[in-house]
Amino acid sequence: MVIQGGPVIFNTLHLSDSWKLSSYESAGGYSALKKILAEKTPAETIIAEVKTSALRGRGGAGFPTGLKWSFMPRQFPGDKYVVCNSDEGEPGTFKDRDIMRYNPHALIEGMIIAGYTLGAKAGYNYIHGEIFDIYEGMERAVEEARAAGYLGDNILGSGFSFNLYNHHGYGAYICGEETALLESIEGKKGQPRFKPPFPASFGLYGKPTTINNTETFASIPYIMREGGQKFLELGKPNNGGTKLFSVSGHVEKPGNYEVSLGTPFSELLQMAGGIKGGRKLKAVIPGGSSAPVLPGEIMMDCTMDFDSIAKAGSMLGSGAVIVMDESVCMVRALERLSYFYFEESCGQCTPCREGTGWMYRVVHRIEHGQGRPEDLELLDSVAANIAGRTICALGDAAAMPVQGMLKHYRHEFEHHIEHKKCMV
Amino acid sequence: MLSSESLALIDKEVAKYPAEQRQSAVMSALRIAQVEKGWLSNEVMDFIAHYLGMQPIAVYEVATFYNMYNTQPVGKHKLCVCTNLPCKLMGADAIAEKLKKKLGVEFGETTEDKQFTLVEGECMGACGDAPLLLVNNHRMESFLNEEKVEALLDELKGK
Ligand SMILES: Cc1cc2nc3c(=O)[nH]c(=O)nc-3n(C[C@H](O)[C@H](O)[C@H](O)COP(=O)(O)O)c2cc1C
Ligand code: SF4
Ligand code: FES
Repeated sequence: MVIQGGPVIFNTLHLSDSWKLSSYESAGGYSALKKILAEKTPAETIIAEVKTSALRGRGGAGFPTGLKWSFMPRQFPGDKYVVCNSDEGEPGTFKDRDIMRYNPHALIEGMIIAGYTLGAKAGYNYIHGEIFDIYEGMERAVEEARAAGYLGDNILGSGFSFNLYNHHGYGAYICGEETALLESIEGKKGQPRFKPPFPASFGLYGKPTTINNTETFASIPYIMREGGQKFLELGKPNNGGTKLFSVSGHVEKPGNYEVSLGTPFSELLQMAGGIKGGRKLKAVIPGGSSAPVLPGEIMMDCTMDFDSIAKAGSMLGSGAVIVMDESVCMVRALERLSYFYFEESCGQCTPCREGTGWMYRVVHRIEHGQGRPEDLELLDSVAANIAGRTICALGDAAAMPVQGMLKHYRHEFEHHIEHKKCMV
Repeated sequence: MLSSESLALIDKEVAKYPAEQRQSAVMSALRIAQVEKGWLSNEVMDFIAHYLGMQPIAVYEVATFYNMYNTQPVGKHKLCVCTNLPCKLMGADAIAEKLKKKLGVEFGETTEDKQFTLVEGECMGACGDAPLLLVNNHRMESFLNEEKVEALLDELKGK
């Protein structure tokens, strides 16, 4: 697997043992934190810098981070928390794992700066269950930072105290949803909470909490070191910075690529070595399995940023780019994705619990030559009746792939139903 | 019920959370107990409930909610193959078929000699390394092909 470094996230890759504290420091790491602590930079100034950077959440929704931070009641007396969402389980996404593996201190420094800014004394990093070695590596990195005086009481003599702990998940996609994640840290099953109240007012243990994705936090040190303006200029207006794209599927060189937001998809595909075996591009899921699929021709006209992909009718999501060549049957592809959402629904809301099962069974029977003429309308209707009617966005996440496939590849489904077999 | 090593590891997890939030360590405690015992019997879960000051039912709820806990006995080596779409595009189905054939079991089954349990997994956040599988939850085998599967089975059989 290829990893292409860049200025923000993978800025230590050229060093041997890139994950070590000494490597990170030699690339300018922890200098932003030191400066903030020495100068006692006001929280408002930091939030303003993050707003200038146009950093948008890297966990899927692309919510502006500076704005999210401004919701936190910083003056609220009592405990407050920052929480990192490293529960990466959205099919296609594998970037946070490599951040933690190759540059864990960017995440740690980002979380400490967030803790300082938001008035939190503790942070938790929730790590996806299936990557136990990464959890162990993060435990070592946190220890290293603690030993160097970056974590703990009275950090670098500043009077500011902050502790950071890793929490290991154990196999539940739904815990990537931020309130399910909080429930999970509290030692419960990961069922999303009703909102409002939002985590900024009622979060972990009922205390004000800010949750960001791993890559979001790991972008903060660069922003505070080099300035929000410089980060913004790495990308394009409203889409600041570089972003990691996890390219998987039918490419010659799957991997993580740190590139500027706004990079043409065609360039990214070229970096990834083009389509495997010289075959033809058919379709791309541009932002993780929940993002609606887009035909290759449309993708070739897109740039990789939130606005361009949204305009094309999908979403940049987590930056997971699943590439499919001409050999892929879209009915089969959707069958597997629909099974995933059915399997991972937490079961709290009827439209999601029943609807995901229904969608899976219908796509399954179409794939197995037992589709009925009315099935596509049935799928349209079930998907439409889930979207927007559930406690959390998993319902929408299950509906969107179905809607995307039926929009662009309806003929393949019709062919399956009519001829009881595949057209590819 | 659990070894002193396991208890020391659990205590380390408990220390990460506010004193009145021992329950937060339940996921780690179950993981650590499972590494020692191979699976989570009611006795083990009751012990953890008592240790963390939880109702046993609250521990069962957690153990049955998350996919990686074994609430039934499993073979000595649990192999979990990711078959989600990105892995499928890279040949996960052929790997799964190979394993089923070699072991003579379907997904969700254990071999008669109790050496292997084969299960189907969801995305492990490692799709760039596809196809892949997990051995007993904590060891990932990446970029699989048929030869690697053979070699892995041979290695595990010897253990
Ligand atoms: C079903 C579901 C799964 C999610 N999985 C993840 C995930 O694995 N990682 C992540 O950062 N955000 C995930 N999210 C989004 C989070 O709820 C949340 O919006 C995000 O962590 C906020 O961080 P950001 O603002 O930095 O993007 C998921 C959301 C849903 C509904
Ligand atoms: S939408 Fe689905 S996953 Fe989300 S809370 Fe409802 S049932 Fe659970
Ligand atoms: S789909 Fe298999 S690891 Fe992501």
